[in-house]
Amino acid sequence: MISAALIRSLDRNATIFLAILAAVTFLVPFCNLVFPPGSMLHVPTYLVSLFGKYVCYALVALSIDLVWGYCGILSLGHGAFFALGGYAMGMYLMRQIGTRGVYADPILPDFMVFLNWKELPIFWYGFQNFAYASAMVLLVPGVLAFVFGWFAFRSRVTGVYLSIITQAMTYALLLGFFRNNFGFGGNNGLTDFKDILGFNVQSAGTRAALFVVSCIALALGFLICRALVTSKFGKVLVAIRDAESRTRFLGYRVESYKLFVFTLSACMAGVAGALYVPQVGIINPSEFAPANSIEAVIWVAVGGRGTLTGAVIGAILVNYAKTTFTSGPLAPYWLFVLGGLFVGVTLLLPRGIVGTYRHWKAEREEKKKAQAPAGVGHAAE
Amino acid sequence: MRMFCDRLVAFVLAFGLLLAAPAGNAQTFDAALTKFSADSFGDTEEAIAAVAASGNRMAAQVLEALQDARLAFDPASKKIYIKDKDRVLDALTGNPVPASGELETVRVNNRLRRSIEAAIGGLTLLSPDPAKRFEAAQAVFKSRDAKLMPLLDAAIAKESDASLKRALLEARAAAILNAEEAGEADKIDAVAVIRARGDQDALGLLSGLPASSPPAVARAAQAAVGAIQNQLEMWAGVQNAWYGLSLGSVLLLAAIGLAITFGVMGVINMAHGEMVMIGAYVTFSVQELIRTYNPGLFDYSLLIALPLAFIVAGAVGIAIERSIIRFLYGRPLETLLATWGLSLILQQAIRTMYGPTNREVGNPSWMSGAFELGQINVTYGRMWIICFTLVVFAALLAMLRFTRLGLEMRAVTQNRAMAASMGIRTSRIDALTFGLGSGIAGIAGVALSQIDNVSPNLGQGYIIDSFLVVVFGGVGNLWGTLVGAFTLGIANKFLEPFAGAVLGKIAILVLIILFIQKRPRGMFALKGRAVES
Amino acid sequence: MDMRTTSSLLYLDGITVSFDGFKALNDLSLTVEPGEMRAIIGPNGAGKTTMMDVVTGRTRPDNGDVYFQGGEHDLAKLDETEIAELGIGRKFQKPTVFDMHTVEDNLLLALKNDRRVRSTLLWRGSAEQNARINALLDTIRLNPQRDRVAGSLSHGQKQWLEIGMLLAQEPKLLLVDEPVAGMTDVETRQTVELLKEINRDRTVVVVEHDMAFVRDLDVKVTVLHEGAVIAEGSIDQVSSNERVIEVYLGR
Repeated sequence: MISAALIRSLDRNATIFLAILAAVTFLVPFCNLVFPPGSMLHVPTYLVSLFGKYVCYALVALSIDLVWGYCGILSLGHGAFFALGGYAMGMYLMRQIGTRGVYADPILPDFMVFLNWKELPIFWYGFQNFAYASAMVLLVPGVLAFVFGWFAFRSRVTGVYLSIITQAMTYALLLGFFRNNFGFGGNNGLTDFKDILGFNVQSAGTRAALFVVSCIALALGFLICRALVTSKFGKVLVAIRDAESRTRFLGYRVESYKLFVFTLSACMAGVAGALYVPQVGIINPSEFAPANSIEAVIWVAVGGRGTLTGAVIGAILVNYAKTTFTSGPLAPYWLFVLGGLFVGVTLLLPRGIVGTYRHWKAEREEKKKAQAPAGVGHAAE
Repeated sequence: MRMFCDRLVAFVLAFGLLLAAPAGNAQTFDAALTKFSADSFGDTEEAIAAVAASGNRMAAQVLEALQDARLAFDPASKKIYIKDKDRVLDALTGNPVPASGELETVRVNNRLRRSIEAAIGGLTLLSPDPAKRFEAAQAVFKSRDAKLMPLLDAAIAKESDASLKRALLEARAAAILNAEEAGEADKIDAVAVIRARGDQDALGLLSGLPASSPPAVARAAQAAVGAIQNQLEMWAGVQNAWYGLSLGSVLLLAAIGLAITFGVMGVINMAHGEMVMIGAYVTFSVQELIRTYNPGLFDYSLLIALPLAFIVAGAVGIAIERSIIRFLYGRPLETLLATWGLSLILQQAIRTMYGPTNREVGNPSWMSGAFELGQINVTYGRMWIICFTLVVFAALLAMLRFTRLGLEMRAVTQNRAMAASMGIRTSRIDALTFGLGSGIAGIAGVALSQIDNVSPNLGQGYIIDSFLVVVFGGVGNLWGTLVGAFTLGIANKFLEPFAGAVLGKIAILVLIILFIQKRPRGMFALKGRAVES
Repeated sequence: MDMRTTSSLLYLDGITVSFDGFKALNDLSLTVEPGEMRAIIGPNGAGKTTMMDVVTGRTRPDNGDVYFQGGEHDLAKLDETEIAELGIGRKFQKPTVFDMHTVEDNLLLALKNDRRVRSTLLWRGSAEQNARINALLDTIRLNPQRDRVAGSLSHGQKQWLEIGMLLAQEPKLLLVDEPVAGMTDVETRQTVELLKEINRDRTVVVVEHDMAFVRDLDVKVTVLHEGAVIAEGSIDQVSSNERVIEVYLGR
């Protein structure tokens, strides 16, 4: 069964994509650890973390593409799922600090001692355990998405209305996490992490390992998405995207489909957040900012929604551009560029990079064999 | 025995004050002062009474110094000094003197503090300054000192100002209630007077009556406490409702332009908040120019800014519609993304031009200050914003209903093809409608510059709220937007006392999310086949 | 519940639907027997589409009863999905097919099957299903276009594809809204044949403007006007009915 799904989902494009990803997964840590600094082939550790960050963003983009590109749900709240996954991991990392914190309290994280708290809040229990924390990375965003989606999809909130309430959701969480008494470190968030599973988070080895794990997560996410969208389930998703009420009159319970894919997508975003936090070393409420969620949507739009590889490429390209701009003298102009991307892509390149390329290729093939009436489904990858 | 002493002191004090020659008696004052140097509570109390009775021009200053623990004495010379910041004054003359030797502070306890308060209150009850008299009446009311009764009566007899007279009567009633020898009927009358006052202090007074009060008085007081509590709750409710109206007007102001672009045209404009921001910066620029060239016009700065903000924001809106939005009609999700990008560009443009920090926008004189209405505090700024919002709303409704442009706008939104075939240039109407919505957002910015920080991020704070208001009220329905804004504003303010500002806001967001589940098309949804499809 | 409810397939009684005071349906009563083909005609705004909305659960009636299969199911209490699962298929006025899917995938999605998330996730094709799709493609004459994207079909082909999708659902009752709007004469004639073929083992309700088409169908006709039934009978009977003439030709 699984092997059948695997074979079905691995077409030529997907295989090439996975091969490139595998090469990067191997080469980046290899060049970082094996070649000495100063060597032509050396990749500095900060770059490993930077690439790791991009890979996490790519996973978020993938999760957004799954709901938006294939099911037509434009979520402006995926930043919240990402941040919740990140907080779950952050809580684990905080508990690992133990007595090495400024206040050296064996149980309480520094910010709680600072706030004069005497006991660990109940929702912090269990986070010293990696397995428990990992489960929470999936569960917390998943449950939130499930409950939220259950309400929203059942009452048929669609289109921009849904976008706006997802944005309101992440805004409400932003306000909440800024508060000290929420118990997540207020506006400083969680930081000063020491180690993960006993390995120092700062060391080059751990960084490389985190990079590899992120790449594996991305590959897995990609495979899951591929398997989904090439299945009959995927066909139903596209049907919902293109003609929701027709799908309903065919007897499909549209809200169940949306709920399933939305929840799955939230879990993916949560995993991305969890892998992101140890690599950047901090998680704070600004991750909930609505702007972050919308920015992630534009990655997908740039790459091409409804094309999974496009989502990944878009995330990496836009973030690479962001790094280049914001670290140089052009920093003040980055927002012009980003804003311009939003406008330019929607107006001039609605299919995105990959989508446009495929469309162009499909048209060329159509012309070649103009006689034979064979169609190409460019949207359903 | 205590009773008797008190009354004696009061008697002396009152008559001393009344009869004392304006110049005062330096001899008695000097003698009274010396008593402070004994630093025993008994002597100090007598000294307080004597100083008050002396009528000396320094009396008030001495008592105030005593109250603030600034009255000191030299144990050696028994002379009394007033510490005034870093100077030392001779209590007798009020002249600064060089600090000599170790000064000790005259100690007071709580009972003495009440005596001092009463004495100070008494000293100023007959002051020629009405504000001082009012303060004194309030002080006596709080001290409830029965000793001051004769003085109060004298003051009441002399008083001509009605509100001051009421304050004095209330003070007298407070004193009666605490005087054991007063008659039951008098006390019941006094309860009625206090009940009429009806504020927090009245409540405190009535619930803390002496245990020795007659049962009838206690009953009357209890009834009065209940009545005052109800009244206070009502006032608290009114105050909350006022704050809610104020917040609602801000929401409405921010959302009203959106009700046009999103509600009527169906264009989801994420750069709407930036139109508000542009309006605020126009106000800032106008004020800058006025400050430089003609400061006398400052009070008119907002009136000058209003049309300018409308024109600037409206022009930006039209430019946006012509260059971007018209290519995206019928693709709401793409419009959302493109206009979000636009909002980033506009914010960054303003940041480049004006800098990233808050800009100071001043309040004209008629926008600052406040007045009391019953027991609620009304600031002029908020009041004018509510009025302004309603005027803008009414003007917009009238414009849509009675002008040619309004008619064409409604025609285009109801049936574009039909309107086009009637000779209406629909694309021109689209641009004008969008410009109108943006222009209104611009004038909202003028008003909001008065109560919010003018920074490039100003608009972002309003965008989610505005959308929620429009969606909550029902898309395509201006009245819905009005009701939605005020409902959310008031609900927010009534939730705040229970949940705090941030949690209140979260609660509102959650409630709206739940509400949208229940009625996805808002409170005033349009029905019919057109909406279904 | 009287005899009519128990023997009929579709039973509507006293249905009223109003939108902001406008009564789209006004005390409408109608019964359709099993195996019947019924044509419903009426001028614009007579309430034909609203009636279909009520039957398929898109609009809730303000008043009145809607029963399916001899009173077994109260349609007013069910939503679109549940009604579709009961076996009521609907073809929209404007052809709505899944433009991005191939003709074959459109039929596959419509094929009577378990519609739950789990089963579509684990779905695998079978020879039997392929055979059914092939048979359907033949019925709707789209076998040569099976790999084309539905969005690239002609208008008439889309109408047929949609009818094919309805057939794939194997419904007990088919509601067909203006199936020949925008079709050529040849296509119209072929559609008449198609509907008659379908009617051999299914009940069909056709809403149509085109009188020639209704005459060709040669079935019992119900005339709606202002949300209520004004005449019922053969096409000759209703076209000689004075009320109908008045409504169609104006007084």
